Amino acid sequence: MLLLALDTATPAVTVALHDGTDVIASSSQVDARRHGELLLPAVDRVLAEAGLKLEAVTGVVVGTGPGPYTGLRVGLMTADTFGLALGVPVYGLCTLDGLAYAADIEKGPFVVATDARRKEVYWATYADSRTRLTGPAVDRPADIAEQVAGLPAVGAGALLYPDTFPSAHEPEHVSAAALAALAAEKLAAGEELPAPRPLYLRRPDAQVPKNYKVVTPK
Amino acid sequence: MTDEPLVLGIETSCDETGVGIVRGTTLLADAIASSVDEHARFGGVVPEVASRAHLEAMVPTIDRALKEAGVSAKDLDGIAVTAGPGLAGALLVGVSAAKAYAYALGKPLYGVNHLASHICVDQLEHGPLPEPTMALLVSGGHSSLLLSEDITSDVRPMGSTIDDAAGEAFDKIARVLNLGFPGGPVIDRYAREGDPEAIAFPRGLTGPRDAAYDFSFSGLKTAVARWIEAKRAAGEEVPVRDVAASFQEAVVDVLTRKAVRACKDEGVDHLMIGGGVAANSRLRALALERCEAAGIRLRVPRPKLCTDNGAMVAALGAEMVARNRAASSWDLSADSSLPVTDPHVPGHDHVHEVSKENLYS
Ligand SMILES: [Zn+2]
Repeated sequence: MLLLALDTATPAVTVALHDGTDVIASSSQVDARRHGELLLPAVDRVLAEAGLKLEAVTGVVVGTGPGPYTGLRVGLMTADTFGLALGVPVYGLCTLDGLAYAADIEKGPFVVATDARRKEVYWATYADSRTRLTGPAVDRPADIAEQVAGLPAVGAGALLYPDTFPSAHEPEHVSAAALAALAAEKLAAGEELPAPRPLYLRRPDAQVPKNYKVVTPK
Repeated sequence: MTDEPLVLGIETSCDETGVGIVRGTTLLADAIASSVDEHARFGGVVPEVASRAHLEAMVPTIDRALKEAGVSAKDLDGIAVTAGPGLAGALLVGVSAAKAYAYALGKPLYGVNHLASHICVDQLEHGPLPEPTMALLVSGGHSSLLLSEDITSDVRPMGSTIDDAAGEAFDKIARVLNLGFPGGPVIDRYAREGDPEAIAFPRGLTGPRDAAYDFSFSGLKTAVARWIEAKRAAGEEVPVRDVAASFQEAVVDVLTRKAVRACKDEGVDHLMIGGGVAANSRLRALALERCEAAGIRLRVPRPKLCTDNGAMVAALGAEMVARNRAASSWDLSADSSLPVTDPHVPGHDHVHEVSKENLYS
């Protein structure tokens, strides 16, 4: 087994290769505005580090968010297209599940929260690092303060709002290494992994740019 | 024939997910998935809706194009993609797909310009583009006059609209006349039964001191709308056919007059017209008439190739391969305002190598 995992749902552009036992190479760069530029070179670098070619990959794992849409789609589109070109399966995993796995907390409950911008967070609660209890959802921190009161929390969204998440700690961003390890574990246990569908959680903003192509009903 | 480059092109600059495949100047496949109906109720393209639709449609559309062309992905000589201009988020979906596809297949990647692609597509219809070629691009999104000496390396902007796109004016007037949408085809139809000289609507930017090759349709739009309102206010019936014909005449008169003048001024004997408005029958007829009178050869591709599609991107990509242009790098990004003067986005690897040598030698 050789899994290529990638995630672009948070400010991190993260890529990892997993051989079914261990992560054999990985890369993480934090730059919220350059997912599109950074992802492919990172894949190339990780493969070179492992001394492997993309053809050796037997499955692709991609974080399905939730996360800011433009960046999120870079990872999903890349994974989908790799799957098409290589003829290998593409698996989707909730990005927050990857963060929960990396948090390595055996006894919860705890919260994972990432930055959803617009003063909101994407969040979910977990019984342990492998078991999601609620979510994912998108909310204003103040609106969920009661629900998460007293719970440990990880992720950039938790670190950003200490009033709601006073005991926030690392990891800040998801790592593809964690995502790959989680996927490998699930596959080994015979679990079926979800299809790579984006978790947008919000409807698109219906903003029509000025001076752009006009589209009208037929 | 078979040594001509086989290229797959991806276009996602607006609301159409286009994947085309060409061999040299021969069209093999032109697969399109459109999200136009999802935008209709908003009166314009909603970027986030378009981006979501591109992600959904991409893999099935690539599959469809390959089947239509009857070629295998491993036989491709390159992957081309619209790198700009266009909607940033929408472009990025196509660029991500093209990069992953090219990388996985071990093929060179060519990030190309959307406007240059609109010109180059005519190679699929009428064979290699003459050099130089003057191009008039008119649609709901573009109104520009471009001079191409070499479609892979030298495209010069002569003029463009200073306000609305030509296609936009058609939609607006159709709406005011309650003719339904989209405006282009329906105005064209009514105009055929009307008198183009019935009403003297203004010709924008045609004064002696005005920019010779720029366009303006906003004043015309307002003048036509006011004329219709005045008729209605006076309780008179609006002569829909005459209004449509006179309005359309004002648009295509200015477009063709300026395009032919640009050809003459620059000594260019070929004019190509592209973009959705190129389907307008009066634009074609008047352009042909004026081109013939001026000794200019007119080239207009069939309507399906005039609107946004993947084949036009593949056509320009094939030309990049044929002319040995540098491929793009793996860090290619989408550029929503890619200048028309950049027909493609060459990689920088070789530049780095050269500059390193210069530094240390
Ligand atoms: Zn276009």
